[in-house]
Amino acid sequence: MSEREQRKKPAPSRHDEVVEEEASPHSERGEKIKAELDDLLDEIDEVLEVNSEEFVKSYVQKGGQ
Amino acid sequence: MAIPKVCGIETEYGIVVRGAAEPNPMAASSLLINAYVASLQPRVGWDFEDESPGNDARGYRVEGPAAPEVETHLVNAVLTNGARYYVDHAHPELSIPECRDAREVVVWDKAAEQILLRSMRAAQATLPPGQELVVYKNNSDRKGNSYGCHENYLVDRAVPFHRIVAGIVPFFVTRQLFAGAGKVGSEAPGVSSAEVPFQLSQRADFFEEEVGLETTLKRPIVNTRDEPHCDAQRYRRLHVILGDANCSEVSTFLKVGATALVLAMIEDDELGRDLTLASPVHALRRVSYDLGLSATLELAGGGSISALDLQWEYLAWARKYADARGLEAVGEEVGAEVLRRWEAVLTALETDPMSLAGTLDWVAKYHLLSAYRERNGLGWDAPRLAAMDLQYHDLRPERSLSERLGLERLTTDEEVASATTQPPRTTRAWFRGRCLQRWGPQIVAANWDSIVFDVGSDPLRRVPMMEPLKGTAEMVDALLDECATPTELLQRLGA
Repeated sequence: MSEREQRKKPAPSRHDEVVEEEASPHSERGEKIKAELDDLLDEIDEVLEVNSEEFVKSYVQKGGQ
Repeated sequence: MAIPKVCGIETEYGIVVRGAAEPNPMAASSLLINAYVASLQPRVGWDFEDESPGNDARGYRVEGPAAPEVETHLVNAVLTNGARYYVDHAHPELSIPECRDAREVVVWDKAAEQILLRSMRAAQATLPPGQELVVYKNNSDRKGNSYGCHENYLVDRAVPFHRIVAGIVPFFVTRQLFAGAGKVGSEAPGVSSAEVPFQLSQRADFFEEEVGLETTLKRPIVNTRDEPHCDAQRYRRLHVILGDANCSEVSTFLKVGATALVLAMIEDDELGRDLTLASPVHALRRVSYDLGLSATLELAGGGSISALDLQWEYLAWARKYADARGLEAVGEEVGAEVLRRWEAVLTALETDPMSLAGTLDWVAKYHLLSAYRERNGLGWDAPRLAAMDLQYHDLRPERSLSERLGLERLTTDEEVASATTQPPRTTRAWFRGRCLQRWGPQIVAANWDSIVFDVGSDPLRRVPMMEPLKGTAEMVDALLDECATPTELLQRLGA
């Protein structure tokens, strides 16, 4: 597993960059995503196609590449 | 050294006409594209001179029914941004112009969405009341019919094809971790919603072979179409049919950027070790169905590895490659950004995948649908969730769920708007697009590697463009500025 150790611990400068990108559920970014999702869920039924069953059934495509 | 990874994307879009008694997708696709090109004058047709989709990269040529057909009678246009816009297999398809790096691909791919949206609005004006034409950027109708989003990469002809296959397949099987567009359920025969409620990829259900020439049946993970659209002595064009159409800019960026980088590493023979999978087709589905991101894949040489660890190995090799050789082949700055994002995404997938809900397609879709499902007490087989899956890819901004989610952007609205009419400055697409802008009426046809002029009494004159990196703004702008007419241009070019 030496290779694994090596890649999980990049050079210090890179490591710092990566840490900033990480987001846990309690991080600011995680909280923001959750709040925005709640807003979207509140209004999403207005955006969704009215008759889901009919919409899904009628969405028929010819096969392509 | 690896040659520059000139690259591009061609997307077949889903199309429906609501309220039509007998919808005809081929007619609807023609209507859509004609409505757009009618608003652009003049219109230039595609030149089929160099199309040879039956050539196989393994060194032979397929004749007869196995060779994909080019439907020459259908609408087919070249746009001033260097793109090709046409009807293919009952779908509207847009091939973006050749780009120099992954970031340009994202810009012109987003511009393509805008072109489709404008086309939709132009077509709508011609439809009878009660009908509505809608375009979707996805890859399946959820009933077993799939259509593709293909990528193209310039590869050195000197590299043996088997080396490309060996190096790229393990990467292709696992890149869906960040490039998958997500799908509710499975379309593979006999797989229930209980077994696969949601999967990473739109396309994994449809692949049956490891290597082959097909694109519509028995689709292969590596497609062998050998049609370089440039100097065939020097180059290949690796035609990648595996990928999903992405709405997320980050997904597209990483998909193209990491693939280009891996191809450069293969060209320079800099992959670390043999990670050939025991069963790539099986592994492709296994990875797609594994929401826990922990399933292991058997290696042909013995042992096993998880999809994430396999990606970590490729990333470690890429870092080493960048340090030793530089990233000129994929663009230094863009290459560095690919490495940074690749690492950030793998780290997040490993520690907290849902933190990528504003970044990657499959995570965004899964996160939204899971929350909706929980709030409304639905099962994964509920039609509402299937409908939301489709609507994630709706190109109308007011209806698109991916748009509503406000995914992370890498582009600006201004550069995307500009790219609907302007070609990339960095490839021969610049010469094609600029000639079309200036002398459209005197161009009778164009394709990837030539332009045909009609300058009056002379015979038609073809200007070949066999080098993808000749014809850039830097190389031809002075020449184009000095020529008032195409006749002058032809004289200067000695064509």
